[in-house]
Amino acid sequence: MKQALDFEKPVIDLRSKIDELKKLTKDSDIDLTSEITTLETRLEKLEKDIYGNLNPWDRVQIARHSDRPTTLDYIELLFTDFIEFYGDRLFGDDEAIVSGIAKYKGNPVTIVGHQRGKNTKDNITRNFGMPHPEGYRKALRHMKQANKFNRPIISFIDTKGAYPGKAAEERGQSEAIARNLIEMAGFKVPIVCIVIGEGGSGGALALGVGDHIHMLENSTYSVISPEGAAALLWKDSTKAKQAAESLKISSYDLKQLNVIDEIIPEPRGGAHRDVKLQASYIDQVLSDSLATLKQLNQEELLEQRWEKYKSMGEYIEIDANEE
Amino acid sequence: MLKDFFSKKKKYASIPSEKAKQDIPEGLMQKCEGCQKIYYRKEMNKNLQVCPNCDHHHQFSAEERITSLFDEGSFSEWDKDIISANPLGFPDYEDKLEKDRKKTNLNDAVVTGKGTINGFEVAVAIMDARFRMGSMGSVVGEKITRAIENARTASIPFIIFTASGGARMQEGVLSLMQMSKTSVAIDRFQSSGGLMISIMTNPTTGGVSASFASVGDYNFAEPGALIGFAGRRIIEQTIREKLPEDFQTAEFQLKHGQLDKVIPRHQMKETLTTILDIHSSRGKDN
Repeated sequence: MKQALDFEKPVIDLRSKIDELKKLTKDSDIDLTSEITTLETRLEKLEKDIYGNLNPWDRVQIARHSDRPTTLDYIELLFTDFIEFYGDRLFGDDEAIVSGIAKYKGNPVTIVGHQRGKNTKDNITRNFGMPHPEGYRKALRHMKQANKFNRPIISFIDTKGAYPGKAAEERGQSEAIARNLIEMAGFKVPIVCIVIGEGGSGGALALGVGDHIHMLENSTYSVISPEGAAALLWKDSTKAKQAAESLKISSYDLKQLNVIDEIIPEPRGGAHRDVKLQASYIDQVLSDSLATLKQLNQEELLEQRWEKYKSMGEYIEIDANEE
Repeated sequence: MLKDFFSKKKKYASIPSEKAKQDIPEGLMQKCEGCQKIYYRKEMNKNLQVCPNCDHHHQFSAEERITSLFDEGSFSEWDKDIISANPLGFPDYEDKLEKDRKKTNLNDAVVTGKGTINGFEVAVAIMDARFRMGSMGSVVGEKITRAIENARTASIPFIIFTASGGARMQEGVLSLMQMSKTSVAIDRFQSSGGLMISIMTNPTTGGVSASFASVGDYNFAEPGALIGFAGRRIIEQTIREKLPEDFQTAEFQLKHGQLDKVIPRHQMKETLTTILDIHSSRGKDN
């Protein structure tokens, strides 16, 4: 049983009740089939109600779910011949980022992505998916290689943010992120970015300058965590739920703000409920993306990338003469 | 007094005129934020807001920066009339903007334009930390992007003075995307051979430090400027230890190899001139 989130308790309770009745029917002579059918209809309705009306905060909980599939899970399901490579050649290897080469439907690709852990021990090795500069520089090294050998880059975004530590600052966290942004801006190969969990600020963006940006339905992408925003704005981190709404961080919000291209649907209840099904949904969008981008020559690709980013943002141009 | 009661002469309190009010107390004197010594503001202004005693570099407005750098009358401003929308409908955002517009007489946290520095024509973007802590929202991103594009089409160098607390939270992910937007513009500019000089002033943190501020062909800073990605308090909470006094100062970044040079405000014009001269002479005689 996957760990239940607060808002889905009613569903979980009802489901376990049904399971109990089923067991009873099986183990004894009492036939409860009709009761079970009634309850299953009710469960279906309840699930639709709850999962169909998720508020931003519920989605934050799903995006952070400890069982939520990670970059390596999707790599295994979507690619063949994946080989992971390590190190930035400058300082060390950062396990909060994985990167390497693989084949996607027979074609070579470079993959980079944040990597969270699934349990405490794993998370300590992975530093909770929060990279140091060497992680970004490792990813950059592999992306440069992709550019050289003309392989598309596929990036999986899943981090609370770049690690806010002393060593990270000393080694130039800012420069590492900034460098990735500007290099990704200029690569002459297609770049597809997929936000699979949390897209936390600059630390997420450092793998996120792409030709297409997609988001899993329940993932989030934000300039600051809801808790951080609440602490700054209202000096009260318990107002995170409110901040999650104000900040507009859901896939639907980002689609509306024209920041992302596609929302990739999730199995009911979230990606962790059915990882294979989730991978197949990603597969569809990813293959479409790559097919579309493959049709552009290098010049068109760069021009389209420029047009895409140039139009991001909302502002008002006032007519100075009217003042 | 009884005598006054009989006096025909009416008594008035003297109320200073609006103009006189502006001239007098507030701002006549200025206390140095570094050594606490008190100076005439005029004296401090004449010294480019650098303390004559302890060399502390005080906040410098975009206007003061322009006056201190550009040849007289050479500066012309671009895109002054772009103002922030409230794309997320964020509570209280418009009021905060209006307040800062009044306070600073600026429309947002950056001034862009072109002018000449000892005869060398450059495009420039100067951030002003008085407006919303110099935070970067759509307006800042758009104005900087346009300035870089103008520099590219005119084939002139691009100089940016950063002063920013980071992304503008009230514009959410759109402010984050300004980091990508300006990066794509910088890549186009630098790929075409354009010279970009970044000068980080106090403070340059968060999303601004993690984007255009750090990718100049030269990255400089003013003395004592706070420069870093994450805030000191957040780092102290994360690593549970106290950070050294000089953590994230310009001098600290220089020591850690993150800057080309720390340049005092008084030497800024001269140093920039030398660099511009070297770059413009490139290849002439060989």
